[in-house]
Amino acid sequence: MESNTESNNIKRTCLYDKHIALGALMSPFGGFDMPIQYAGITPEHMAVREKVGVFDVSHMGEVTVSGKDAERYVQHIFTNDVAGAPIGKIYYGMMCYEDGGTVDDLLVYKMGEGQFFLVINAANIDKDWAWMQAQAKGFDIDLQNRSDYYGQIAVQGPEAERTVESVLGLQCSELAFYTVKAIGDIIVSRTGYTGEDGFEIYASHEYIRDSWDRLIEAGIQPCGLGCRDTLRFEVGLPLYGDELSADISPVMAGLSMFVKLDKPEFIGREALARQKAEGVAKKLVGIELQDKAIPRHGYTVLKDGQPIGEVTTGYHTLSTDKSVCMALIDSRFAALGTEVEIQIRKKTFPGTVVKKRFYDKHYKK
Amino acid sequence: MAKVIEGLYYSESHEFVRVEGDYGFIGITDYAQNALGNVVYVDMPEVDDEVTAGEEFGAVESVKAASDLNSPVSGTVVEVNEALEDTPELINQDAYENWIIKVELSDKSELENLMDAKAYEAFCAK
Repeated sequence: MESNTESNNIKRTCLYDKHIALGALMSPFGGFDMPIQYAGITPEHMAVREKVGVFDVSHMGEVTVSGKDAERYVQHIFTNDVAGAPIGKIYYGMMCYEDGGTVDDLLVYKMGEGQFFLVINAANIDKDWAWMQAQAKGFDIDLQNRSDYYGQIAVQGPEAERTVESVLGLQCSELAFYTVKAIGDIIVSRTGYTGEDGFEIYASHEYIRDSWDRLIEAGIQPCGLGCRDTLRFEVGLPLYGDELSADISPVMAGLSMFVKLDKPEFIGREALARQKAEGVAKKLVGIELQDKAIPRHGYTVLKDGQPIGEVTTGYHTLSTDKSVCMALIDSRFAALGTEVEIQIRKKTFPGTVVKKRFYDKHYKK
Repeated sequence: MAKVIEGLYYSESHEFVRVEGDYGFIGITDYAQNALGNVVYVDMPEVDDEVTAGEEFGAVESVKAASDLNSPVSGTVVEVNEALEDTPELINQDAYENWIIKVELSDKSELENLMDAKAYEAFCAK
């Protein structure tokens, strides 16, 4: 068994004491001491698939962009296209380096004319903030890192809408998928990272703490990062550090639909256009094993005994009872149905390339 | 509190050995199964494989992670618990009943390097 030896500089979210009181298993993630599980990954996973669960995602970072050049700036750093976006619309996409590698994947919320709210990964806050500031030259914008101000909870599952309205008293039924509204200082969006319907709520620490208490008192299952990972994995959503990185471009990760090459300009556009036109050396695929052994991050994928890539995330899935993974492999072997092997400890196990979605999303669109 | 049983030998990596004559039944302790959570797969060696005290012989996998199994003793695998192939969760139900491998011990003096129930209880409480 491993022990937690992570050191001093680790941060705590505004709900830390509540996780401890609930007896959560805590572990470092993205620079924060985060709850991995309360009741266990399986019951928490099933609560979100079948009913509703609440996550502390206050570790996520928030950056606001406002001013005369706000839209032009977002267009410059972001792969998706927010030109002329209606107020309240949300876009998923990436910030890329000139060579097409990924700085981070993020959500961009259009809060008002010339006002954007960017949600970035906890582990990347410092890097992203430095990157965003460095790209801001020549733009008339006000850029603010609001990560320390905002707490965030995610209420996810088929009963999420009813829960947010009845327990928290936030009117949200009219929100379409990937839209947002502000209620005073509280930001509510119909978004998530589970493949289920759900909402993410950003607000002051005080409001988030109070909301958490009310949800727990109402009997809503608290859910940790353990099931957040199994849930997002099952529906093929990427995690920065696994499926995206400075070495893994969105084109390699199969996320080209979020890269709008018809935009006249953005950082990384030329490299990504070239990757799209010429093809990429490595591609992200799904692999299903016949055996129950579990392919984990970093394990080697082989073809006829020769290494062709690595597993990025793998699980024995809870919804389908199969050992499956996402893996970044040599594109020549990426066709669906290709037979490959995965090295798991001392043995190799046969598998087949499949679609990298192991469970269908249930969004309310 | 994790269950600890008198008469077994325990390792610092949370495996146990139950000795019957020249044979040792090796599994993971109740403390270990509890820390792991739902066991979804057990990677076991094959009959006639050699295991060495202190060295890895397989793994138990929970949803979240794989944990290596280290053999507390040396010897030859004479039996693996085949029931775990289809129902690995038996380990969560009773870790001590559901041993993983049965080994013919090659050096019984190795048992002296392991903890008894009292010492292991104290070790887990640390």
